[in-house]
Amino acid sequence: MLLHTVNKSPFEKNALESCLNLSKAGSGVFLLEDGVYAAMKGTVWADKVTTALSDKKVYVLTPDLAARGMNTDNVIDGIEMVDYAGFVDLVAEYSATQAWL
Amino acid sequence: MKFAVMINEGPYQHQSSDSAYNFVKAALDKGHEIFRIFFYHDGVNNATRLTIPPQDDRNIVERWSALAKEHELDLVVCVAAAQRRGLLDENEASRNGKDANNIDESFRISGLGQLIEAGIQADRLVVFGD
Repeated sequence: MLLHTVNKSPFEKNALESCLNLSKAGSGVFLLEDGVYAAMKGTVWADKVTTALSDKKVYVLTPDLAARGMNTDNVIDGIEMVDYAGFVDLVAEYSATQAWL
Repeated sequence: MKFAVMINEGPYQHQSSDSAYNFVKAALDKGHEIFRIFFYHDGVNNATRLTIPPQDDRNIVERWSALAKEHELDLVVCVAAAQRRGLLDENEASRNGKDANNIDESFRISGLGQLIEAGIQADRLVVFGD
């Protein structure tokens, strides 16, 4: 299964939308850099991300949340929070990575 | 596990060079091997040794260079992308009749074949970019 990486905010580019529409059930979606904004509760993207969680795993890079002053309490329930070491583990765990640039 | 990394974004542009650096460091800390780091598109700008960031800012180029020396990393810059952007080593400068070169000694200039080889040889290829 693929690990999809999204590093752009869904408010800026449609990378996340394309990724969620085209990725298969069972795959992982990894949010980093400005992509972490998609992990926050209460945005217009929250429902779409929550729906994705029903058949995909979603991860967010905690140092990038912290760099943007985002509180981890506001991360959508079900999203796994990982650091860089966790990022490395996920890349190893999934069979390949696909960057949605 | 063997990782290869591709960087398509320049230093100080957004965050990709920093993300890639932190990823590579974390992978090395975990005992993984970094087969190659390939700099493509604006990513080639990570290789200029003439960069002078403010003293209180990170020096992205120097940081790559130091990590490469410490872990004997293979930092490869795409030749076509580099020439378009005025990044030359001594050979390329003299071959093209230019009066200066600017590639840091930890980087080497080569072609896209190096990216393909990295994709084949490494277990995972991770792309950072814009």
